[in-house]
Amino acid sequence: MKALPHPLSPDVRPLTLRDLTWLTASLAIVIVPHALRAPWWLTLLTLCLYGWRFYSMLTRAPLPSRWLVIAVAFIGMLGVWMEYRTLFGRQAGVLLLVLFSGLKLLESRHHRDGAVASFLGYFLIITNFLYTQSIPTALLMCVGVFAITVTLIGYSAPNRPARDNLRTAGLLLAHAAPAALVLFVLFPRVNGPLWGLPQDAYAGMTGLSDTMSPGNLSQLALSDAISFRATFDGEPPPQPLRYWRGPVLWDFDGRTWSAGLSHLVNFQAPQGTGASYRYSVTLEPHNRYWLFALETAASLPDRSRMTFDGQVFSNTPVRNRLRYDMVSIVNPDRDPRENRSTLNRALRLPADYNKRTLALAEEWRRAGGTDADMLNRALDFLRRGGYAYTLEPPLLGTNSVDEFLFDTKAGFCEHFSSAFTVLMRAAGVPARVVTGYQGGDLNPVDQIITVRQSDAHAWTEVFIEGRGWIRVDPTAAAIPTRIDSGLARALPQDQGLPFMMRQDMEWLRDMRYRWEAIAHKWNVWVLGYNPERQRDLMLSFGMRDADWQKLTAVLFTFLGLMTATLLGWSLRRLTRPDPVQKAWQAFCRKLAARGVVRAPQEGPRDYSTRAARTLPASRRPILRIAALYIALRYGNGADKPATARLKRLVRQLELA
Amino acid sequence: MINALLDKRPRLANWFYGFTPPERGVVVLVHRRVYILPTQLGWLFVMTLAILLVGSINYALSLGFALTFLLAGMGLAGMVHTARNLARMAISVGRAEPVFVGEAAQFRVFLDARSAFDRPAVLARHIQSRSQMVVDVPAGALAEVVLAVPAAKRGWLPLGRVMLETRFPLGIFRSWSYVEPDARCLVYPRPERSALPQPAAESARGALRSPTPGNDDYSGMRAYQLSDSPRHVAWKAVARNEDMLTKQFTGEAAAELWLDWARLAQFNVEQRLSRLAGWVLEAERAGMQYGLRIPSVEIPAGRGEAHRAACLQALALYEGL
Repeated sequence: MKALPHPLSPDVRPLTLRDLTWLTASLAIVIVPHALRAPWWLTLLTLCLYGWRFYSMLTRAPLPSRWLVIAVAFIGMLGVWMEYRTLFGRQAGVLLLVLFSGLKLLESRHHRDGAVASFLGYFLIITNFLYTQSIPTALLMCVGVFAITVTLIGYSAPNRPARDNLRTAGLLLAHAAPAALVLFVLFPRVNGPLWGLPQDAYAGMTGLSDTMSPGNLSQLALSDAISFRATFDGEPPPQPLRYWRGPVLWDFDGRTWSAGLSHLVNFQAPQGTGASYRYSVTLEPHNRYWLFALETAASLPDRSRMTFDGQVFSNTPVRNRLRYDMVSIVNPDRDPRENRSTLNRALRLPADYNKRTLALAEEWRRAGGTDADMLNRALDFLRRGGYAYTLEPPLLGTNSVDEFLFDTKAGFCEHFSSAFTVLMRAAGVPARVVTGYQGGDLNPVDQIITVRQSDAHAWTEVFIEGRGWIRVDPTAAAIPTRIDSGLARALPQDQGLPFMMRQDMEWLRDMRYRWEAIAHKWNVWVLGYNPERQRDLMLSFGMRDADWQKLTAVLFTFLGLMTATLLGWSLRRLTRPDPVQKAWQAFCRKLAARGVVRAPQEGPRDYSTRAARTLPASRRPILRIAALYIALRYGNGADKPATARLKRLVRQLELA
Repeated sequence: MINALLDKRPRLANWFYGFTPPERGVVVLVHRRVYILPTQLGWLFVMTLAILLVGSINYALSLGFALTFLLAGMGLAGMVHTARNLARMAISVGRAEPVFVGEAAQFRVFLDARSAFDRPAVLARHIQSRSQMVVDVPAGALAEVVLAVPAAKRGWLPLGRVMLETRFPLGIFRSWSYVEPDARCLVYPRPERSALPQPAAESARGALRSPTPGNDDYSGMRAYQLSDSPRHVAWKAVARNEDMLTKQFTGEAAAELWLDWARLAQFNVEQRLSRLAGWVLEAERAGMQYGLRIPSVEIPAGRGEAHRAACLQALALYEGL
């Protein structure tokens, strides 16, 4: 006889309306973040596909033919290709996956198709994390996981009330949580990637670049995005000392500064009597090599080097949130020597640009004086020139420095530092532009300094014979409030600051501080959990050099224990006897010991009557126990005091 | 291969499956008897997890790891839950009403949850006939499964091995167990319709006349009256959309009809039994007094359900001389 298939087997049971509702709802939850990023037509197309499947379920219309589905898939792919000129990039690939979720739904007839679509839903969840792993995303995806799990349970138990399936899903996830935690902590982590990633894998990361032209820092300063956070051991440095050193720019083409050639040197910790700070930085990924450190770095993090101009360079681009420990000291003893060719490079200027600036510096040079005099003259010039500080600098033409210094007289820090450096070079003082961040927001809740893109800054270093490179901040000279109290106070009230930096929203700032304290913990302990952290954690548990063998062994021990516990739980619930029944069985054993064995068919009334006849001395307690047992077992259900009384009576029963 | 081996060596099979059939009384599925393996969907789930893991490593997605591990944990928990859905359930069987060869014996199997939780989507499948049914067993209660097993041979039909299976909750594991409860169903020979033998010839052989005057001898039909017994309504005629008629019987006691093995000498054993079974049905339908005489068994003349059942049982269990 041919085997009848299992009536609930995945390839036999058709999807019901309930299955489809749950499936579509759970897919919709997980594609929400994608839909907001996707081109509008793709979101619309996907939703139409979901709707189409629903329509055919409700009207019992046949599903579209395979060819139609393929045609829709082709059109979608064509659209994605036209939008992104590729099908394999990160964004394009993810959007195709979103589209395929609709197509898969459209050809889902049976439970198996539904299960495959649900697994695709799990996969779509992880693609969301490529873009953001923030707490809200995590919460939304938790809802998604729950909904998909309920969907899967619904396939297996189609006739069970949905409420029960919800409870089972909750129970399953609760049981999964300990194992998930153990796996998360103990699973041997390796540093990815395992193979090449698509070219746009790190697109959209903001941050400083290795060039600077008028306008690009002020653009960056409009962003609220976090660049890094710093946690200090002890008191953090005051705002005016918080210069976070980033790329150093040497080469000027008349308009744009660029880093140019650089080389690594052996790191020698600077000495000095200034205050020293010990802190750790959690750097957001920016897909560049540089790491930020408070000036001046007195240590190097792991897997990083120092360049000849004092930048800390990571060995690999920072593509994941990175945490490193640093020590910095303020005003170290500087090395007064410098390479001749380096100094020449710090004097080079294009001759054909910014002629007025060059002429001014030439005038100062003719007036004579030391390099320090030149420096003071230039600072004086900026201080008295009536310069305005603005996030919306006027557009500048070819001779950007000339136009800023003599015509528009309004600019952002990149204008000030660029103009000042050009002045210095023209006056014969070696100078270079340093970009980075200045300041940062001290969170009073957890004492962590948050540095945002809006704190981006540029300043100048000049080389003074006998003293070495010293920092000069021309913006501070011209607009002292910028450095003392941050960007918000330095700007006129009406300028378009990022929302959260405004002064008048104190309570909002307070909430934001609290939220950011939580987000920082999340970043450090959840998102920043990497091989290094794992090693540190294992060390704190007393496990030295935790290699993957050891971790795996511990991991499997824990998982085994957990499964055993779960199994024990599944047994415990089953074998726990009814207390009333237990007391009755004890009573029967006591009587049996005196020779009155209960016959299998004998009910409690008959048995107790017989026992009372056989053992007349204990007649009263026997009959009382039996009456109580009958009332508890066959009456209106057991209540606690009555059950306790039964137990006591049985315990106290002494048969003569 | 293992199945073939187990079929040849019943004792090995008993050890392997953990019980000796048939099992009397209530059978509790202890953990030792509950097997579990991943389903095809389960392997697909594992593949999905592998892809998620590789993606998490490649893109260093902490939450990706968290998701992957949560799902892995759920797989583990799902395994325990699937086994729990069967384990410690109690199986008992009810009475199966006798059937004729060619019909299906309706075995009633009771699944007792014996737990504070419900056990959804439990499949019971009769291994040999592939007859099957899915039930949700409510918490602390019984669910009934009816397995229709075709009856091919007269005599006792044992229920045989029944598989209980579940894929709840995630469908990624399949947990199953075998039981072979001590249940059997009596199968009567296939009744062959033929004209009843002449009672006159029988009475000539010296059988006693019925002492009670009765309404035994069918003599014709008349229109139905409200006071007529429903036993005598010609239901076949009613079914043919005719008016309600009442069968009329002569008031005199009819001769006893002896259904005798010896009269069917020209047939083989099974044909004889079929013929006799057909006669029993026909005689009962006609309301006659009839007796059955087969080698080693003689059932005195009588009438009614119990008598008919006794006759048919004798035919079903006939084992020759």
